[in-house]
Amino acid sequence: MAKISLIVNGNPVTANVDPRTLLVQFLREHLRLTGTHVGCDTSQCGACVVHVDGKAVKSCTTLAVMADGHEVTTIEGLAADGAPLHPMQEAFRENHGLQCGFCTPGMIMTAVDLVKRKGHDLSDATIREELEGNLCRCTGYQNIVLSIAAGAKAMANSDRA
Amino acid sequence: MYEFKYHRPATVRQAANLLIKNEDAKVIAGGHTLLPVMKQRLAAPPHLVDLSHVEGLDGIEMKGRSLVIGATAKHADVANSPIVGEAIPALAELASLIGDPAVRHKGTIGGSLANNDPTADYPAAVMALGATIVTNKRKLKPEEFFQGLFTTALEPDEIIVKVQFPLPKKAAYVKFRNQASRYALVGVFVARRPSDVAVAVTGAGSEGVFRVTAFEEALKARFNAKSLDGIHVPHDGLNSDLHGSAEYRAHLIGVLAKRAVDAANGKA
Repeated sequence: MAKISLIVNGNPVTANVDPRTLLVQFLREHLRLTGTHVGCDTSQCGACVVHVDGKAVKSCTTLAVMADGHEVTTIEGLAADGAPLHPMQEAFRENHGLQCGFCTPGMIMTAVDLVKRKGHDLSDATIREELEGNLCRCTGYQNIVLSIAAGAKAMANSDRA
Repeated sequence: MYEFKYHRPATVRQAANLLIKNEDAKVIAGGHTLLPVMKQRLAAPPHLVDLSHVEGLDGIEMKGRSLVIGATAKHADVANSPIVGEAIPALAELASLIGDPAVRHKGTIGGSLANNDPTADYPAAVMALGATIVTNKRKLKPEEFFQGLFTTALEPDEIIVKVQFPLPKKAAYVKFRNQASRYALVGVFVARRPSDVAVAVTGAGSEGVFRVTAFEEALKARFNAKSLDGIHVPHDGLNSDLHGSAEYRAHLIGVLAKRAVDAANGKA
């Protein structure tokens, strides 16, 4: 077992884990943060995307021990329970950017990372290119692209990154 | 994934000692090749030695006339580095084409080279630019380092520390991606170096990255895409699979090499 200490959604967490525990397993099964999904489990679909030190990573391809000492943000960390949604979440709701919802947490975490890196005025081509690591089997992506463009703009007028 | 013991050395020397002490130990950095392979139980190392806490191993800097990239520099760091963009823009472009944004936040140049996947991108750049791979023990030229499919000259306790790229006069990388995996079906890196030209191909060779000397000689005489007219790459020794036949890959090498020469000459 290995002892790890990290910050998850702003809260300090300490735990003993088997070193082979994946970050996504740790989040879902130890911390019960089940918003982060396991889709393909082969680092292709992006349903498991979370932020580690502010950068989007695939938590199915990261060991929990590798997150020791780092700061992790999951979809649950974007907006507190009962508080208004994060502008990117709100944009997905407004623009019908989801159908079954399975890929949505990863899409939104990838989108927030994208806005941090490329700014608030995103072309369709940029969004599509940047979504190459996130798969959606329902929507055909059209409304996801619309949602991200709208969410990026909304984030410019919000104090929430 | 099978059980393993996890080690987190603070220095390269400690990491090397752990590799000596623990038989079949594996080095992990970004983990974006090793972890998927371990999850499939195709690899079951009893020990993992994590390099991500070794300080000073991910730097990117100019040293004299060489661009020096630390082994644990991530693909995103190389793609976005103004130093790389200034010194060898083709290398920044290559890094920006690996995987997807989340993968580029984790995967490292040292990991890519040590794995020597026959469809990986970095081996083509290292081969064409004539880079030097610096380990904790010695310096290796690409021709010594790459030894075929997933095989390198690295000894069990040898760790890549950095890669030194001499600056080319011009260079470009053109990749034809497998649409599903984003790996190179064929990738061609062309470098016009101070005294010669090098053309390195990834994705196509059954023994991994290789150079096309017929192209190099033609381009040395005149660095223009037209110089490659009529020169065909033999398809012996090229990969043939459901994504493309050896003949198709041989054809792509010619097409991509011309595009790379045009790109290096500033003709998009």
